[in-house]
Amino acid sequence: MTTQVNTPITVAEVEAPPLSLGNLTWRRFRRHKMAIFGAVVLILLTFYSFGGALFFTEKYSNYTNTKERLQSPNAKHPFGTDTVGRDILARTIYGGQISILIGITAAFVEVMIGILIGAIAGYFGGNIDAVLMRFTEAMLNIPQLLLLIVMSKFFSGNVPNINILGRELSGSVIVIILIIGVTSWPYLARIVRAEFLSIKEREFILAARATGTSSWEIIFKHILPNSIAPIVVSATLGVAGAISLEAYVSFLGMGVRAPTATWGNMLENAYRYIETAYWLWLFPGLLIVLITLSINFLGDGLRDALDPRSRTV
Amino acid sequence: MDAIHTFLEVKDLKTRFHTPEGTVYAVNGVSFTLKEGETLAVVGESGCGKSVTMMSILRLISIPPGEIVSGEVTYRDRNLLKLSESEMEHVRGKEVAMIFQDPMTSLNPVLTVGRQLTETLRTHTNMDEEQSRQRAVTLLEWVGIPDAGKRLTDYPHQFSGGMRQRVMIAMALACTPSLLIADEPTTALDVTIQAQIIELVKKLKQDVGMAMIWITHDLGVVAGIADRVIVMYAGFIVEEAEVDDLYDSPLHPYTTALLQALPRADRRRDKNLKSIQGVPPNLLAEPRGCPFAPRCEFVKERCVNENPLLIETENRHKVACWVNVKTGALR
Amino acid sequence: MTRYIIRRLLQAIPLLLIVSLILFVLMQNATDPLATMGGRTPTKPEDRQRLTRQLGLDKPVYVQYFYWLVGNDWTKVDLDGDGTAETPGTRHGVLRGDFGTSIVQTGRPVTTVIFERLPNTLILMLTSEFVIVLGALFVGIYSALRQYSLFDNILTAILFIGYSMPIFFVALSSMYIFSINFQRWGLPHLPTVGMFDPKVGKTTGQILVHMILPVFSIAFISFAAYSRYIRSTMLEVLGQDYIRTARSKGLPKREVTYIHALKNASLPIVTIVGLDLPLLLGGAVVTERIFAWPGMGRLFIDGIDRGDTPVVMGIFMLIAVAVVIFQIITDIVYAWLDPRIRFD
Repeated sequence: MTTQVNTPITVAEVEAPPLSLGNLTWRRFRRHKMAIFGAVVLILLTFYSFGGALFFTEKYSNYTNTKERLQSPNAKHPFGTDTVGRDILARTIYGGQISILIGITAAFVEVMIGILIGAIAGYFGGNIDAVLMRFTEAMLNIPQLLLLIVMSKFFSGNVPNINILGRELSGSVIVIILIIGVTSWPYLARIVRAEFLSIKEREFILAARATGTSSWEIIFKHILPNSIAPIVVSATLGVAGAISLEAYVSFLGMGVRAPTATWGNMLENAYRYIETAYWLWLFPGLLIVLITLSINFLGDGLRDALDPRSRTV
Repeated sequence: MDAIHTFLEVKDLKTRFHTPEGTVYAVNGVSFTLKEGETLAVVGESGCGKSVTMMSILRLISIPPGEIVSGEVTYRDRNLLKLSESEMEHVRGKEVAMIFQDPMTSLNPVLTVGRQLTETLRTHTNMDEEQSRQRAVTLLEWVGIPDAGKRLTDYPHQFSGGMRQRVMIAMALACTPSLLIADEPTTALDVTIQAQIIELVKKLKQDVGMAMIWITHDLGVVAGIADRVIVMYAGFIVEEAEVDDLYDSPLHPYTTALLQALPRADRRRDKNLKSIQGVPPNLLAEPRGCPFAPRCEFVKERCVNENPLLIETENRHKVACWVNVKTGALR
Repeated sequence: MTRYIIRRLLQAIPLLLIVSLILFVLMQNATDPLATMGGRTPTKPEDRQRLTRQLGLDKPVYVQYFYWLVGNDWTKVDLDGDGTAETPGTRHGVLRGDFGTSIVQTGRPVTTVIFERLPNTLILMLTSEFVIVLGALFVGIYSALRQYSLFDNILTAILFIGYSMPIFFVALSSMYIFSINFQRWGLPHLPTVGMFDPKVGKTTGQILVHMILPVFSIAFISFAAYSRYIRSTMLEVLGQDYIRTARSKGLPKREVTYIHALKNASLPIVTIVGLDLPLLLGGAVVTERIFAWPGMGRLFIDGIDRGDTPVVMGIFMLIAVAVVIFQIITDIVYAWLDPRIRFD
């Protein structure tokens, strides 16, 4: 994925044709066929989740009909029905909206915390850095999934349903977004810290400092824009990470509560019916695989385009 | 000294790199010959294709992204470009050895110096472990490393830059090759160390009686070492001459400019050193005219449209230029 | 080196204290141990109060944490639950190696409960890690040596798909195909759940057969990530100057690859494996749930569900300590592989 030129002549030595950064990024991205594929699939999945809402109401997706429970895919219910007779197709549509929402907002929370902690640690250094990095290390010492389970349990007491844009949602959606964000930032914080450590020693920062620019201005106006590439890449991959983490927690029955559907909580208990009702897990499972795959492809393409020297892991 | 058969002949060598930014035309039809025991200097700015040319000869270019598009490299009647990889392994290190620019990165950091020395011997000779160890000690002493016996178990990071380059040289000369390619071996070193290394290589060359190709961007070091000089620009050879001829009567505007950029003891101090205007060309496109035309002070219309061939003007002095520098007129 | 190890261990102490405090507070408020205690739910308020006092749950969180940490044998506890503390406490605290007793499995020491399950998780995890590292080394190196080849491109795509798969999907699909449908089609099939067939008993063969699908599921995901990592590490190393030097000396290709390149590439690989291994202890939650594997992951989930704080804390501490120890081991192995690193 990274290009290796094994010779004294590197591309940097060869004067590149005059291209703007945006142009260059787009050119590199476009060559990445899998990233284009990822972007297309992602757009289709978004259409599926939001466009599908035109054909079914949310009420229908939550409508239980015990007479029609555990029906295999048929004309009326193309994806079959679940254990209480809800239509799985409609639920994947509304569940997709919530899963995408969780992915984006949780990644946003992650990025905000990660930037804040990484920037402060990297810029100020010294004791502040030592304390923050100890804390980051402490977070990394515990498997994230286990931490999520405990936190989810911690906040699950009595979360009231909430009303967003006229929709009644389980308050656990907000809980999941926050706890995924709050447990995901350590890696990003480390990346941001490393970027800050290297950029803050460059001449233009020293110049800004010498002219008396305030620390906050240096952090947000000078250093941050220069370290945006790895942040954008991590944020993108963070969306995929958040979607699958939600799925893991919900799969274990500790995620988003009924009636709100997500691709993750549709899988809850599905494994108990593995011998009789494959459609319970197949459709939401496939959608999760598709969305994480497409976002990861996209993120990989972005990495190649924005940050060509970084290593893919 | 003249051998009956050709020692090394490179004919129309073309090497390209297929990078995400486009195809880099690194070497564009390079031809030259080398006699047994002769020292050839290859001069040019960084990125002019001199290293790639030498690495192509030893087939050290990684393919892909590199590609040796065409050419012949005849070494002692064998075309190296046609050999199998395992036949090539017998040439590398044994008959043709190479030393590199940066001794800091050219030695493997996790293997002892002794191991890196002896593995060459073990690969190309029938020596057993003890014999190769003793030979390694001799080699280190030969290149002037004090306390050689004890240092075999040391790792590269325990040596200074100059000492590491000595180790590199010892490694290259382990099997007494008949050709040594030195790729800017002094560029990364301090000036005083540079002189020591140059002296060392000259001495060792005499001891072994090998031929040598010395790549450098510094015309200053060339005079003391080389018999003949090749000047490269943008992947082309633009001038080739005996070393004295080149200094006395350079024929290519680029060579002239390079020489004028060189501080010389025989010139008056108050005379300003000249730098070459402009930047080295972009190798992402196959040049149409003379690649030096955009920076050349003698440029004519023909230069922009047609790339001059390398032609012999006088006694073994070749140049690729439409213009006669002395008169300023077209040839 | 001994000094280095001691220093690292000392540095780990505040870390472990922070981790344990945060988790303890979370656990105390997350669950109600009385709700499911021992299977019988106390309904009468006075029973609840008595139990709360007996378990010391009426105390403020920081006192409970303190007792958990240093024990309560220096003070009195309210053993009969009448509101006055008169009996001397018996707990020695985590610092003195006493992790307390399980609330659910009344009276059994946490260490016993955990070590009963630990081997089951370890056998699953270590087998998986072995399969992963070995396979990933093979595939990663192979495709790095053939960068941009058809094989490399196809493999990159497949690995990417594997990397993006949630483990439950792999587990469910593989179970659906290899046990359920194979059985339906009358083919030799793999067992679905459990560690052994109760009818046959806990034999090595049974455990091996039952391990195949869980190990496959765990390995499938990490294998992709590891292979990609090894591939890119190898590519980076293969582009280094000293590889060019080794090739210029005429060394055979396998020597260049497996000695000059791999020894350098093993440095980052060792780090990743060392950091991942202990986290695997907790990573099996989902796999163990799906395959009903009686390991620590299931113990953890059960502990969370039933508010068995001592057991959950015990598992957390085991993992946290394992992480610290593996970090030190990783550093030592790293220094052994890389002569540039010294411990002074």
